[in-house]
Amino acid sequence: MNKILFGRYVPGNSFIHKMDPRAKLVLSLLYIIAVFMSNSWLAYGTSFLIAIIIIGSSSIAPKFFWDGVKPLIGVILLTMIIQVFFGVGGQVYWHWGILSITSNGLLNAIYIAIRFILIILVSTVLTLSTSPLEISGAIESLFMPLKKLHFPVYEMALMLSIALRFVPTLIDETEKILNAQRSRGANFSSGSIMTRLKKLVSILIPLFESAFSRAEELATAMEARGYQGGEGRSKYRVLNYTKNDILGTIFMIIATMSVLLLRNWS
Amino acid sequence: MDNIINVKNLTYKYANGGEKKALDNVSLSIKRGTWTSIVGHNGSGKSTLARSIDGLMTFSDGAITVDGITLSDDTVWDIRKRIGMIFQNPDNQFVGATVEDDVAFGLENLGVETAQMHSIVADVLEKVRMTDFKERQPDQLSGGQKQRVAIAGVLASKPKIIILDEATSMLDPQGRHEIIELINEIHRENNLTVLSITHDVSEAMLSDHVVVINDGKVVETGAPKDVFKDNEMLKITGLEQPFSAQLFDDLKQKGVFLPEELKMNEKGLEEWLWQSLLKA
Repeated sequence: MNKILFGRYVPGNSFIHKMDPRAKLVLSLLYIIAVFMSNSWLAYGTSFLIAIIIIGSSSIAPKFFWDGVKPLIGVILLTMIIQVFFGVGGQVYWHWGILSITSNGLLNAIYIAIRFILIILVSTVLTLSTSPLEISGAIESLFMPLKKLHFPVYEMALMLSIALRFVPTLIDETEKILNAQRSRGANFSSGSIMTRLKKLVSILIPLFESAFSRAEELATAMEARGYQGGEGRSKYRVLNYTKNDILGTIFMIIATMSVLLLRNWS
Repeated sequence: MDNIINVKNLTYKYANGGEKKALDNVSLSIKRGTWTSIVGHNGSGKSTLARSIDGLMTFSDGAITVDGITLSDDTVWDIRKRIGMIFQNPDNQFVGATVEDDVAFGLENLGVETAQMHSIVADVLEKVRMTDFKERQPDQLSGGQKQRVAIAGVLASKPKIIILDEATSMLDPQGRHEIIELINEIHRENNLTVLSITHDVSEAMLSDHVVVINDGKVVETGAPKDVFKDNEMLKITGLEQPFSAQLFDDLKQKGVFLPEELKMNEKGLEEWLWQSLLKA
């Protein structure tokens, strides 16, 4: 479980690794918008080329990207099947009741699969090259304007980083409780879905109980260390834009502009 | 030497505890630069006392003065700046995502400048010998290492007093030994006042001063070698005898008579036993 959430960050020293997490976050969003706007082969081809360039400059082994796409293959196939059978318009090849296979349906199915894969690839670059800590720092910084609307940005960022920090601790705890219940004869792997869900209660309640007592102790420790809320705190980690960010931004703006220009180009 | 901590007639009642008092009219003073152990069995009120001194619990009656400042709602943050606390559970006091972030947490709260913060963090990590681990996450560290990080976090904000709230009780013997050694080193180098809440008698034997608490009352105070001689008191409070005293009494029962002063002197006892072995 830990691997899915956190083992993902691959430390490195590539162009992408050295970029500011805020720039990476915003540029990834820009790319996703461009992919959604694509509607021609040429636009998709360009988007694909951009993805390859981004992956290349992250110096992360292709295996990690395959690991990112693999768990979602089922979802991609399902949406493709729905598109194939329920898509309408264009030449009709086959039909039975409300189901039909049309040329537009087939085309859309392929477009959707490409969209999915491109978005997964680029967001995988983001999560593989940026530590959770950097991501929470980036979110804090990007949300700063909301401070004017009295949105508690510091507190939210601290909450996020504490939540991230306690995930491995609570996973360990879950395993301990699971083993403790098993040693008392609990069986979590047989019975119908309902009985299995009911058995989970015997894990969840001790887990909640312990999470609450941890939270209370952590709050005491934070107070003892002088935490009085976000006001007046300084920051240990300061984010800085560098040359890489400017280059990356220029590249992405040109790239997405060309995708938009190649729309409707057939 | 002046008193850095003065506790006067402190009384604490639990919100739902009825008439039972966790602390009952406790008075004590702690001299600047000393190492004091507060001992007692579970539920004796020793932890409540430590937390009250740091303003983490609101007591019903009494007064606490720390470094000349009387504890109140207005002064509590000033007092917390002077005290560094290390708690029992190594995991539940680790706030930062990595070692260096955790050490910096207290400094961030004080609003220390970023550049200065980086040099302080590097310094204190060196002092607790955790520099190589600075980018590690808490789940990649042992309990003893996490406690060392907690000590670094405390040292970073340069307190005058360190309170250990059973800081070694969840560690293995080796980790426990390392933490006590480290605290001892810091205590001597920086002339820090150490207040250690513990039920480990061998740890208390190392301190300058011992305060025994039972059922919310101070039962005995004094130098460890005098306090732990009192078998009657140890029985009532449920504390263990120091190892040397146990051995001394066992040998006495077997008819081996040793000089009385060795009862509280583990090194001396060892030496005496060696010598008598060689003579025999």
